[in-house]
Amino acid sequence: MSYDAIVIGGGHNGLVNAAYLAKAGRKTLVLERRHVVGGAAVTEELHPGFNFTTFSYAISLLRPDIVHDLDLVKHGMMVMPLTHHFAPMDNGDYLLLGPDDGENYHEIARHSAEDAEAYRDYGTLMDRVVHAVQPLLDEIPPNIVSTDPVELAAVARLGGHLRSLDPKVLHMLVRLLTGSAADILDEYFETEVLKGLMASSGIIGTKVGPYSQGSGLVLLYHVMGEIDGVFGEWGFHKGGNGGFTQAVARAAQALGAEIRTEASVSNVITRNGEAVGVALESGEELYADVVVSALDPRRTFLQFVDRRELPTDLVEGIESFKFQGTSAKVNFALDALPKYPALGDRTDQYQGFINIGPSMRYLERAFDDAKYGWYSSKPFIDGCIQSVLDPDMSPPGKHIMSCFVQYAPYHLEGSDWDTEKDNFGDTVQSVLEDHFPGFGDLILHREVVTPLDIERTIGLSEGNIFAGEFLTPQMFLFRPAPGWNQYRTPIKGYYQCGSGTHPGGCVMGAPGKLAARQILGDTAP
Amino acid sequence: MRTTPFHERIAPLNRTYLWEHWAGFVTAVAYQHSVATEYFATRNSVAVFDTSPLFKYRIAGPDATAFLAGVFARDIRRCAIGEGHYTVWCNDEGYLLEDGVVLRLGEDEYLATSAEPNLRHFRSLANGHEVTVEDLSDAYGILAVQGPHSVEVIRRISPEAGSLPYFGVTRTSIANHQVVVSRTGFTADLGYEIWIETADALPVWDTLMDAGADYNLIPMGMRALGMARLDGGMLLINADFEPARHAWTDAQRETPDELGLAWMVNLADDRPFVGRRAIEAERANGTSRWKTVGFHVDAAAYEAIYNNDGLAAPKEGVYEETAHSLYDRDFNVDAGAQWVGYATSFGFSPILKRHIGLAKLPLDRCTPGLTAHLELVVNHRPKYVPVEVSKTPFWNPARKTNKEQA
Repeated sequence: MSYDAIVIGGGHNGLVNAAYLAKAGRKTLVLERRHVVGGAAVTEELHPGFNFTTFSYAISLLRPDIVHDLDLVKHGMMVMPLTHHFAPMDNGDYLLLGPDDGENYHEIARHSAEDAEAYRDYGTLMDRVVHAVQPLLDEIPPNIVSTDPVELAAVARLGGHLRSLDPKVLHMLVRLLTGSAADILDEYFETEVLKGLMASSGIIGTKVGPYSQGSGLVLLYHVMGEIDGVFGEWGFHKGGNGGFTQAVARAAQALGAEIRTEASVSNVITRNGEAVGVALESGEELYADVVVSALDPRRTFLQFVDRRELPTDLVEGIESFKFQGTSAKVNFALDALPKYPALGDRTDQYQGFINIGPSMRYLERAFDDAKYGWYSSKPFIDGCIQSVLDPDMSPPGKHIMSCFVQYAPYHLEGSDWDTEKDNFGDTVQSVLEDHFPGFGDLILHREVVTPLDIERTIGLSEGNIFAGEFLTPQMFLFRPAPGWNQYRTPIKGYYQCGSGTHPGGCVMGAPGKLAARQILGDTAP
Repeated sequence: MRTTPFHERIAPLNRTYLWEHWAGFVTAVAYQHSVATEYFATRNSVAVFDTSPLFKYRIAGPDATAFLAGVFARDIRRCAIGEGHYTVWCNDEGYLLEDGVVLRLGEDEYLATSAEPNLRHFRSLANGHEVTVEDLSDAYGILAVQGPHSVEVIRRISPEAGSLPYFGVTRTSIANHQVVVSRTGFTADLGYEIWIETADALPVWDTLMDAGADYNLIPMGMRALGMARLDGGMLLINADFEPARHAWTDAQRETPDELGLAWMVNLADDRPFVGRRAIEAERANGTSRWKTVGFHVDAAAYEAIYNNDGLAAPKEGVYEETAHSLYDRDFNVDAGAQWVGYATSFGFSPILKRHIGLAKLPLDRCTPGLTAHLELVVNHRPKYVPVEVSKTPFWNPARKTNKEQA
């Protein structure tokens, strides 16, 4: 059996890549190791009637052109805005931000009138920064080590783009790319709970605290998306992110791509330094002109091909590429909605995210634990009761709650995750109990997903949710390595399209799309 | 201002305090700040809309069918007992007076709704027919229960109504109160409308809300309804057409064919109805001046127009019932571009992820796939974004019309 292209890995980028290749008429096969496609974006019924977003749980950065290029709406895409940010405080008070700017002003003003005013100034500047960087998400980045005139021109265009920005926007961009979230937030705000809420975007999925250099970049990533033109807003896909990847899979199939599940690849077959196909663990061999790895850089370069076929610089670069997963999920099936005493019977606070990280200090202390090799004793939790928006996530009247938890470092000092899994789940549950008295009594089922579980189940190295950390030296020109940031590899016919390539994870789909653009350009008949 | 029979319940739910006036009644613009959330309830869970301000009529008597066959442009004789019709009625010149839904409850009994009063109009046509036209506007409130989970909610409170086919209607009871339920709505999705006697309004509301709680039933206001109906390409009176009665000139008035409703006006037999001769002549002589069609905006071009001006393209919350001119080409590129028509409704569809609208275009420009350029004002200057004529409904899930809902 021979294909034009074989994509290894049916995560969202693998599916997007395959869909674009199929749309261009290429006979394309996706190979997925698990029984279900979606990678980290899957929804699984882990308790009867309760659908868990086991890993990834919200969507924002998905590139809007992919929706139209692949006709995703026709195949079931439906993204609903998560309109609220609810931040419980240690003293029982709270900060509750919603979709109305005026109401948000007064809510923040309860804590600080100056912060309420600054919130809009900050928001305007951040929206302009986002608007300035969004075009970079939709372009193949230049090759900074190349002397090819095309690449030199691309670098010059990039410089031109930066020079065209309002100096205020450019300066904020640089601060974000190089600095800490805390530096910026301390300049604008004084309210701890507001800063805690906003700084939490700066630590997601990355082993940094809000005061660490680098948290600015992570912050930028998490406000860089949009829901229908509202920058920084996140949404919930009907049926969870698994609902999204199922829609992409249907779109890819409608365009002619073939998808095989339970098809585990053992290695890429090369001949004379060129990729010609893949061998499955079953022993079966499949041949194709192009092989695309949608897996992370460690697997792409160090597992599937013989490293002796690669330049030493690249091998060393990938070996030192940082993964160090630091996030976990604890998902709950609930008998009823939790109660927050200060809000009485209100439930609108659950129409979005529940942010447990009441101050930057709280987040930094949670990071301190991780720095020394242990999970946080008081972890940061990004919760979402998804059944409030989508009743099909749980049986009528019951609820499903996704909790993203940090910090949970992949390497535990003096123990391991198989030992600590339940203790960690208890730690998370007790923090929720602190804020929602009686929470424990509502639990029908609990699912703890440690970084080790992430690695074992879906193959992300060290459980890093972005397929490689979001650190400035690992982004854009350098993702995953200088000179190899354009989806090609040193092996002709072998490409990479996973979140370990530009622009990265967060369910953007851009790596899959841009890799397809590169492949189609390289192999144009 | 008057309030609807449900006001006591809906007033405390309106967290925005935004109200508007509809046919002399107070009606909620939006219950919560996120209109998209209300809108998505009709696509993902279930929403309830208080549509009580509609005018409501009962038309009954041995000649009811014959009478209505002469009033409505759509042949009511083809509407079986237990079914409903979306229909229109015209003046003698074949111009649309109004559209509405008519429900056939029995051999000789119909209920009808309309946006404007029609008691005098219907009665004026009843001469010689053994028929009564009764105004039930104050006797009933109507709740529209819309969205994919509406069927489960309806089944909990009225098992009989839960098996209605699309546009089916039945008398039934909810919590021992007599109601009429039809599988109709104005949201382009699966849904039901419940006629409830005014005195029973609150207990039926409470029963409905209890039954819907497990499915995230929320109230929706006028703005979300507007967005939902635009997905269906459904015409809105005073936005997409002017009722002929109150227009001053024929230039304002429109025929069913011009409104894209030719499908409902069958001239194959010799049924006389108001406006028939004019519509016959319009078709024979090809005098339709334009057609009302759906269009969608080129998403990439729309983004680019704003991006080129250093702005982000407005999407969420864009919903207008105002005129936008349409040109055959981009006037900024080609000064010879010609005005060809105009959009009457225009908005961003959160589910379709694109801007859509309804427009009036010359007949030779109405084929799906043909393009035009929509005028927008961006940064104080006119800009022209390519649009493509498309079929309506834009959004048409199978569940809306499925015979039996699972």
